[in-house]
Amino acid sequence: MSDAMTALNGASMQGPVAAVREAALQGMVLLRGDLADETLAAVVKDLTGCDLPGQREMVQAGNTAVAWMSPDELLLLVPYEEAGTTVASLSQALEGVYHLAVDVSDARALFRISGEGAREVLARLCPVDLSPAAFGPGEMRRSRLAQVPAAFWIDETGTISLVCFRSVAGYAFGALSAAAESGPVNFL
Amino acid sequence: MSHRLPQGGRLVNRDAPVGFTFDSKRMQGLEGDTLASALLANGQGIVNRSYKYHRPRGILASGPEEPNALVGLGQGKRFEPDQRATTTELFDGLSAMSQNAWPSLGFDAMAVNQWFASMMPAGFYYKTFIWPRSFWMHIYEPVIREAAASGLPPKEEDCDTYEHFHAFVDLLIVGGGIAGLQAALTAGKSGATVMLVEQAAHWGGRAPVDGAEIEGQPAEVWINETLQTLGTMKNVRLRTRCMGAGVYDHGYALAYERLTDHAPEAEGPRHRLWKIRARQIVTATGAIERPLSFAGNDLPGVMLASAVRDYVVNFGVAPGHRTVIVTNNDDAYRTALTLIDAGLEVPVVIDVRDRVNSPLAREVSRRGVAVETGAAVMKVKGKKGVEGVMLCRANGTGGAGAPVECDSVAMSGGWSPVVHLWSHCGGKLTWSDENAHFHPDPNRAPTGAEGEVFVRTAGIASGAMGTGSVLQDASAAGAAAARAAGFTAKSAAARAADAEEAPMKPVWVMPEQALPELRSKMFLDFQNDVKVSDVQLAAQEGYESVELTKRYTTLGMANDQGKLSNINGLAILAGSLGAEIPQVGTTTFRPPYQPISFGSIAGEARGEIFQPLRRTPMHEWHEANGAYWEPVGHWRRPYCYQQPGETIEQAVQREVRTTRASLGLLDASTLGKLVVKGPDAGRFLDMLYTNKMSTLKPGRCRYGLMCNENGFLSDDGVVARIDEDTFLCHTTSGGADRIHGWMEDWLQCEWWDWKVYVANVTEQCGQIAVVGPNARKVLERLGGMDVSRQALPFMGWADGELAGTPVRIYRISFSGELSYEIAVPAGRARALWDKLFAAGVEFGATAYGTEALHIMRAEKGFIMIGDETDGTVIPQDLGLDWAISKKKDDYLGKRAQQRSFMTSPDRWKLVGLETLDGSVLPDGAYALGEGDNANGQRNTIGRVTSSYHSPTLGRGIAMGLVKHGPDRMGEVIRFGKTDGGTIEAKIVSPVFYDPDGEKQDV
Repeated sequence: MSDAMTALNGASMQGPVAAVREAALQGMVLLRGDLADETLAAVVKDLTGCDLPGQREMVQAGNTAVAWMSPDELLLLVPYEEAGTTVASLSQALEGVYHLAVDVSDARALFRISGEGAREVLARLCPVDLSPAAFGPGEMRRSRLAQVPAAFWIDETGTISLVCFRSVAGYAFGALSAAAESGPVNFL
Repeated sequence: MSHRLPQGGRLVNRDAPVGFTFDSKRMQGLEGDTLASALLANGQGIVNRSYKYHRPRGILASGPEEPNALVGLGQGKRFEPDQRATTTELFDGLSAMSQNAWPSLGFDAMAVNQWFASMMPAGFYYKTFIWPRSFWMHIYEPVIREAAASGLPPKEEDCDTYEHFHAFVDLLIVGGGIAGLQAALTAGKSGATVMLVEQAAHWGGRAPVDGAEIEGQPAEVWINETLQTLGTMKNVRLRTRCMGAGVYDHGYALAYERLTDHAPEAEGPRHRLWKIRARQIVTATGAIERPLSFAGNDLPGVMLASAVRDYVVNFGVAPGHRTVIVTNNDDAYRTALTLIDAGLEVPVVIDVRDRVNSPLAREVSRRGVAVETGAAVMKVKGKKGVEGVMLCRANGTGGAGAPVECDSVAMSGGWSPVVHLWSHCGGKLTWSDENAHFHPDPNRAPTGAEGEVFVRTAGIASGAMGTGSVLQDASAAGAAAARAAGFTAKSAAARAADAEEAPMKPVWVMPEQALPELRSKMFLDFQNDVKVSDVQLAAQEGYESVELTKRYTTLGMANDQGKLSNINGLAILAGSLGAEIPQVGTTTFRPPYQPISFGSIAGEARGEIFQPLRRTPMHEWHEANGAYWEPVGHWRRPYCYQQPGETIEQAVQREVRTTRASLGLLDASTLGKLVVKGPDAGRFLDMLYTNKMSTLKPGRCRYGLMCNENGFLSDDGVVARIDEDTFLCHTTSGGADRIHGWMEDWLQCEWWDWKVYVANVTEQCGQIAVVGPNARKVLERLGGMDVSRQALPFMGWADGELAGTPVRIYRISFSGELSYEIAVPAGRARALWDKLFAAGVEFGATAYGTEALHIMRAEKGFIMIGDETDGTVIPQDLGLDWAISKKKDDYLGKRAQQRSFMTSPDRWKLVGLETLDGSVLPDGAYALGEGDNANGQRNTIGRVTSSYHSPTLGRGIAMGLVKHGPDRMGEVIRFGKTDGGTIEAKIVSPVFYDPDGEKQDV
């Protein structure tokens, strides 16, 4: 995978209370199916080590994670190199089970927003309650980032990971940077 | 003349002078001043000329209701027109310019005014539009434009930044006076999250100015203690300089925070627009004092009584040395006392009430001030400012009047609760006879989706008029809102008494029987120059609805939105119509409460991030190689690549020639790619496409057409069957999201039980079209998979590797040449693109853009969605019957295409067009028929849909829709040109190049 590149080649910026950087390549597999199906749950658990997440949740296990995206859609996060084999394994293990598994790793851009102002950076751009009481680790939030769709989660250190479509990576980085240039709002 | 008092001013710092300019004149104010108080301190009586009549105008109010003192603030990149001096905090170096000062602030333009007055009665716009017509363009319009020029638009780009912020709270409380503070305190104790916003820089509102006492102490003590308590509550957020701007459905509200207006050089955004979701909203927005309507009430020096008090107490500034007070209520007596306490003269209090015996009035009398009851101001004397008033009886015509010398007038017509935010989302009002104002009707509150109340009012905004009542009402509102948000709350108001006041007496015209001469000098709307006589004229001319009267007279239509003029205006209208005020009703209150900056609305969306720009993995290469861009949806695609010295046209022609002769590469990444999978996928696609997709074999591709329910062509593209259950559908570049939505719509709403999943994988792959006679050779140079005709035949696809990169290659051609479309993971697309160019050097590989693509497809007679189709074209019009399955029972659009009009032989149908002289037909030109239609227009029999110069054929080629076209091969028809001439073209087959398709299938 020597010549695979992220959309922005790892762009980054540092604001007064938050930093934004494009993360390295991340394997992402979209899985649609009946989330109540026991076979599907078992296959996902087997492949990722993760139990199925509940609504708007995200389950992590080592370097893999499974996020709830909609009532019939999951996003599997795996190492970039393993996305292709994950799709193949899913298709094989779910033979005969109505589902769709596709590699979307290259269709996305991934950003990390860190620092004490991270939540307020996103609160400027996303119509989401980003207070710690409403949004914490273990949750996957699908929303919009200014004018483009985005999904994001937060880890125990307060770093937010945000996924958007690859073609608008430049726009997303621009919007995040503009928001991170600003100082603390002292609201969240 | 207005001046700074030797002492006093609770908000100013006498030790911190601040320099500023007004109309380039250097002036000095104090830290803590507003621009308005500083102007008054400098004796600047006139701040503006009025909109229509160019009367001199001074500062009338002390808050956002100010109609006159609008200035152009700042310079260059920070210039902003229409800024209110009363809500502009003074800072060192502030520069303000008066607006609408034609011919100049000081010039006495009374003669001009008279001329204007007769020329611009109520509804003058409408009247002059109609008669005489030519007068409008040549006389009225230019003169009015010059005369009525308001603030000028900024010329330079704004150098400040702006942002939005999304906040979610249990309670939003708007207004930080004692009511807002009390409501926040009560609600905060319940544990609810509370956001309290105050438009000014200070908390407490006007209670300290009015001398209110709370818990036996001056209000200020309680305000400070309460702020301290609120500051310790983790669930409470306090923000000053933050105005509640609008209330919308579902507890949505906008607040407008001015972060650096008072310190323009400070870091960070200038304004922040808060987008708030609140479970409950409490508006503690206070009240606004009403002016009185007497002749000359607009002269500089006439001010609201409460504003006079504000300037003296808050800023140590007096509007004059000798102030006459005219009132219909007790509150203005406080102004008299404030002025006397400051050592200023009050020659008389003119009270329209016949008898006044209240503690406030008695105190004023005790201090030696004459109180004239049953009296009125007949008119104000003076030209550029107040020189005196004529005193008269309140109930007569005025008579001669008795002169009283003074240099300022403080007027009070009673108080109107600020009901704007309450009303934005449907809150209704009730008329109070006692206070002569509309106040919110708690039984008809704004309600949410469940019918629950979500906006409440607190304090004087509810109509509670005394300090004690205000606190009681506010605490109750805070508690009720907290309970409605799901918390346990108990109302516990701070203790305070209501002052004993005599009833007010509504008075709408002063004196009551004033004759027209006086009425035409009584201003209702100071900003739009609307007078009592204008509203009366409108009523006379038949305007009964307050909404129509507003538009006819422009009453309340200026940027203060009638904060001072509304009630007075509709009272005059009601009086003229002989109706009750509540029957006439109010006009509609719309957000924002006060104008907010465009910058705050735009937020971060400017410059590079004004709009999302979609970039393909090869975007930077294009940029570096002379791309001339074309927007396609939010994508940018190269239209062509200009080499040094080349025109756009030359570049396009070169790209076509090189591709046809040897090798061209196209970035086709923007092409939509939808994976459709499931046991019912074939059946599903059979319904979506006009042709049969379920019979397609895995490994093969098929071109398909999609129509909407009305039978019209909507999208097209190549479908590849991946396996038994899986298809990959290509859509047009602009159509990917739309078609994805279209598929989901049918799957979710109509065929919900079909087992089909769709995923939009457009951006997963970059797509590179390798096109031309040498296409195969260049792929063989890269190596890794068999791309021979046998292994990968025309309209087939195969997975494999090229130069170590995993690819899926489709042998499809939109150019008529040997062509491979290579899908490659987006992260590796740029690398493969570079490798293809490196390997293609010996073939003279050229990148080609969308225009070359268009020309090559037109040479082949391939249609383009958006060119040959426009939402009214069916596949049959385009000769695409071969792509419509006859074997299927149904597909979307089938029944529509069977309607008589769709099957008419008279429909315009696709043909090729060749000009006789080889020139290029104008795109969109109409083919001329015989005679004229019913409207006297030339009949048409067709139109050009695509037209290019073909470098391959060395002539103009075109496609068009022509009546009976396919039956008229070889006929010459004429097309109209925009210059009135015509151009002749022969009807030919639309396939100009390689009609047998030999070149693409090698």
